[in-house]
Amino acid sequence: MEISFDNVSYIYQPGTPFEHRALHQLTFTIPSQSFVAVIGHTGSGKSTLIQHLNGLLTPTSGVARIGPYVLQAGEKNKDLKSLREQVGVVFQYPEHQLFEETIKKDIAFGPANFEVRQEEIERRIYAAIDAVGIQSDMLERSPFDLSGGQMRRVAIAGVLAMEPRVLVLDEPTAGLDPKGQQEIMDMFYNLHQEKQLTTVLVTHSMEDALAYADYIIVMDQGELYKEGTPLEIFLQPQALNKVGLEVPEIISLSSTLEKEYGITIDYKKQTLEELAEMVAHQLKGRATHE
Amino acid sequence: MEKSFVTFKDVSFRYQEEQPWIFNGLNISVNRNEWVAIIGHNGSGKSTIAKLMNGLLFPQEGTISVDQMELQDETIWDIRKKIGMVFQNPDNQFVGTTVMDDVAFGLENHGIPREEMKRRIKASLNAVGMIDYIHHEPHRLSGGQKQRIAIASVLAIAPEMIILDEATAMLDPIGRKEIMKTVHQLREQRDVSIVTITHDLNEVTYADRVIVMNKGEVWYEGTPREVFAKQRQLDEIGLGVPLVTQFAHELKRYGMELEPEPINQKELVDALWKYHSTM
Ligand SMILES: Nc1ncnc2c1ncn2[C@@H]1O[C@H](COP(=O)(O)OP(=O)(O)OP(=O)(O)O)[C@@H](O)[C@H]1O
Ligand SMILES: Nc1ncnc2c1ncn2[C@@H]1O[C@H](COP(=O)(O)OP(=O)(O)OP(=O)(O)O)[C@@H](O)[C@H]1O
Ligand SMILES: [Mg+2]
Ligand SMILES: [Mg+2]
Repeated sequence: MEISFDNVSYIYQPGTPFEHRALHQLTFTIPSQSFVAVIGHTGSGKSTLIQHLNGLLTPTSGVARIGPYVLQAGEKNKDLKSLREQVGVVFQYPEHQLFEETIKKDIAFGPANFEVRQEEIERRIYAAIDAVGIQSDMLERSPFDLSGGQMRRVAIAGVLAMEPRVLVLDEPTAGLDPKGQQEIMDMFYNLHQEKQLTTVLVTHSMEDALAYADYIIVMDQGELYKEGTPLEIFLQPQALNKVGLEVPEIISLSSTLEKEYGITIDYKKQTLEELAEMVAHQLKGRATHE
Repeated sequence: MEKSFVTFKDVSFRYQEEQPWIFNGLNISVNRNEWVAIIGHNGSGKSTIAKLMNGLLFPQEGTISVDQMELQDETIWDIRKKIGMVFQNPDNQFVGTTVMDDVAFGLENHGIPREEMKRRIKASLNAVGMIDYIHHEPHRLSGGQKQRIAIASVLAIAPEMIILDEATAMLDPIGRKEIMKTVHQLREQRDVSIVTITHDLNEVTYADRVIVMNKGEVWYEGTPREVFAKQRQLDEIGLGVPLVTQFAHELKRYGMELEPEPINQKELVDALWKYHSTM
């Protein structure tokens, strides 16, 4: 589903002393089936932005379009339920989306709400817990008696069970152990490819933005600061530093080595193995030439 | 004087009867003025350790002592004054209706005089870059802003020990480094023990000692460098090593052995000189 924002602004608590403009005249388009990362400093408006994608928030002004659904100020959207059936959101804090008394009921909630058949729900539950690494003997436990990372996994399973067309992920790997971070991001990516989903990932991991996204939106103080492919964005370290962001570590490592040792890397998504080969070759090659 | 500040002796714990034991005779300690990082897979028991340390949970067997006092009903309030904790989810610890009230709350509980309170509120909010939000409601902040406030509240109290349970998980990389720097500065000013529970491998490198948990047991204890030398075994238990260490590992294939095994960029650059200077 194509997503487009046309001059979208959002103001929290308008008309009170706490009035806060969180989004300011935001305009962008996310083509159907693309994988877009949204990055930005703490408080830059990322979570506010993505809460528009399933109609949890409506623009204060401007228009947000999610496929056939139109969200705009003053108009009550009657298709909200069907929008939410298609757009699955993993929220920043998993506790915010867990509420049933057992893990199983929690995962079943989405599909049951959208009148999926019982057998199909059952099938989806097992597929989802398998995808997130939760054992089936945990299904009858309360989702609140879990560790932080386990809660995160259950929250993700609940979204997977809805089988949405659009995946919206707000810091989905926060709280996961290193192996879990990698596995869950790979799982999202495979799902994205296989089911031809449109995916929006909010992340503080520049590494994930570089590895998985085909396009990046950079937010700063509620405004769109820059957009482009990962390499376009990440090869401008100064521009990122200006808004409190850093390039992925592999890129900063490359430029440090270039600077300190006068070697040439010309970073374009080389893996760590390839990088090591280049560095070893150039440093040692030089030594033998002398 | 005893060096150990917190000591777990043969601690066994489970959340409820008939549930499996989370720990079975756990022995760990944190020294006075030491920075300890606890790492481990999801569900390995890290947050449970933190909650046992400040008496939010009690062990069924074994003893926990803090500053030479055994943790019991009678000592719990004294002990909680010594330990400040930032939880994994900051929503669970906000008590005030404004950021200022929230930071003030802990200070009032510690009987800090009014003028000193004001000074500390300002200083701690400045330290986390949130002074502009002093009159905001904590619940109406962004995810990362909430974490910053939770950290400020603990910094303001200046307890003898600070436990950060994934307290920087929602921060951007620069924000994380700033918090680590703040903690570092704090240690230069006065004695304080730090426990950081984290999945961020770069954050681990700041610690004096690392406790690696696996399925409720201590799998390994050592300096960050000692821990990260076990790259292959760490992979097997769901963990990993910093990018720089992985990179050094890759270089070995080309006969480039780096000493000591680098755990940050500066160390890598320094260690590589050996190969450069042969020119
Ligand atoms: N419910 C609310 N009421 C008032 N202001 C809010 C509310 N939620 C967020 N804000 C403010 O709006 C701004 C944007 O918040 P948002 O949650 O979108 O940021 P974010 O980019 O997701 O940040 P983070 O990386 O910390 O999660 C922040 O300055 C925040 O304080
Ligand atoms: N309130 C609770 N009731 C019952 N069991 C619990 C409760 N909280 C945690 N557990 C269980 O105790 C074990 C240890 O949990 P703990 O929260 O200490 O893990 P952790 O190492 O902090 O994990 P994470 O990295 O995911 O935060 C887990 O198996 C978890 O399911
Ligand atoms: Mg957010
Ligand atoms: Mg935990």
